[in-house]
Amino acid sequence: MSSQTDPRLLLLSPRDNVFVLRGAIDGGETVVVAGTEVQFSRRLGLGHKIAARFIAAGEKVIKYGAPIGSAVCDIAPGAHVHLHNLASDYTPTHSLAGSRTDHDAATGNKA
Amino acid sequence: MMTMKGYPRSDGRKGIRNLVAVAYLVECAHHVARQIVTPTPESAHLIGFPGCFPNAYAQKMMERLCTHPNVGAVLLVSLGCESFDRYQLERVVAESGRSVRTLVIQHDGGTRATVETGRAWVAEQAAILQDAEQVPLALSDLTIGTVCGGSDGTSGITGNPAAGLAFDRLVAEGATCIFEETGELIGCENIMASRAATPELAIELRASVEKAARYYATLGYGSFAAGNADGGLTTIEEKSLGAYMKSGQSQISGLIKPGDIPPRGGLYLMDVVPDGEVRFGFPNISDNAEIVEMMASGAHMTLFVTGRGSVVGSALAPVIKIAANPHMYERLSEDMDINAGRILTGAASLTQIGDEIFAAVIATASGQPTKSEALGHTEFILTYKSFEPLGPACLPL
Repeated sequence: MSSQTDPRLLLLSPRDNVFVLRGAIDGGETVVVAGTEVQFSRRLGLGHKIAARFIAAGEKVIKYGAPIGSAVCDIAPGAHVHLHNLASDYTPTHSLAGSRTDHDAATGNKA
Repeated sequence: MMTMKGYPRSDGRKGIRNLVAVAYLVECAHHVARQIVTPTPESAHLIGFPGCFPNAYAQKMMERLCTHPNVGAVLLVSLGCESFDRYQLERVVAESGRSVRTLVIQHDGGTRATVETGRAWVAEQAAILQDAEQVPLALSDLTIGTVCGGSDGTSGITGNPAAGLAFDRLVAEGATCIFEETGELIGCENIMASRAATPELAIELRASVEKAARYYATLGYGSFAAGNADGGLTTIEEKSLGAYMKSGQSQISGLIKPGDIPPRGGLYLMDVVPDGEVRFGFPNISDNAEIVEMMASGAHMTLFVTGRGSVVGSALAPVIKIAANPHMYERLSEDMDINAGRILTGAASLTQIGDEIFAAVIATASGQPTKSEALGHTEFILTYKSFEPLGPACLPL
């Protein structure tokens, strides 16, 4: 699997089902994930994760060889894995994403 | 290798700095205490406790901090009517052999007069401490804490594992190393328990993380800031696994709580989550609360790994700042001691960065100021908590 994978992606443990981005990848760019070409719909920053294979709803997401939470919906190979499709098995995650979107829309800021 | 020298203390520990600690004993004395240290920022550091209600944890923390190995003399600044037991604190400091004086604003003529008296005493003590005798210092004399703050998706793959490598070398040399924030080890309880020195300690380690998970679940928030999510971290477990990398691979010798001083070298987990029902709010409201607790357990310095870019330092004990993210390093290089982001760009290996951190520990112990120290960072925060004593299986025999 890893031999067919883009060098900008990092697999931290052979048990993982997500890759970590070694650097930002822009929207429109194509990466090869598990032998399949996937086009990014928007820019993702360094340190973000994408699915290394299909992850079914309810399945554990594995990074560092250990579970980091459960998929809340089916996740396609190459898709961004983050707050919208991964939830903690312990405590919910708090982010400013919604508030920032509202603020940016009101002030005309571009993220 | 630089020659490390320390300031000998009566309890057998040695300091890598020789500072005057100026401590306010209630927020009402904060301004006066701050005015006292202002002219001498390099020789006098401000610490204190803001609350007016008595608290055993705060009393213990202040006693430990005022007798920290990096502290050579102590000025206590009291308003006069607060509940803090200044008599006991002064006695503990005096019994340690350090010079100590208490100023009580209500008795000593108010703000202006107390500031004047305090500044004169600090200047006199600083001159004495400057000429103090130094003795050889070994790595086994050192206690080193580690913390990560402003984490992102790079922290767990560059800075934290590199700090872990440095910890492995330090533990092998007989140093005492402390990692902490059980609220940021949620999800790591099983792998961590497998590293415990004894099966009984494994149970204690697991229980400390379960306590943290319960505590944070009651509060409704994990130890997870909005910036963590911007940096690509999604869940507390993910942040935890990254944070856990700081602990390295050594056997875990014991479990301590804030202010407990490890009996000998080795790797210790500090349980920072209060015992009992949820009281007084969040366990550690910001990174400096964790640094202060490790100082109270004797940490001479702290390794601070940051991805988003924290700029803090600390009063009393230097902070070595390790940048995990190469882009952040470019923006904040004046604040960062180590660029672990080079692991991601391919410019350095994990082992090389681990060696750089190890060398930075020796340089800092030899008296070289860290970046945050040179910039004058002396952040400090101490709030209410309550703990029960350690269980019998927590410390090595």
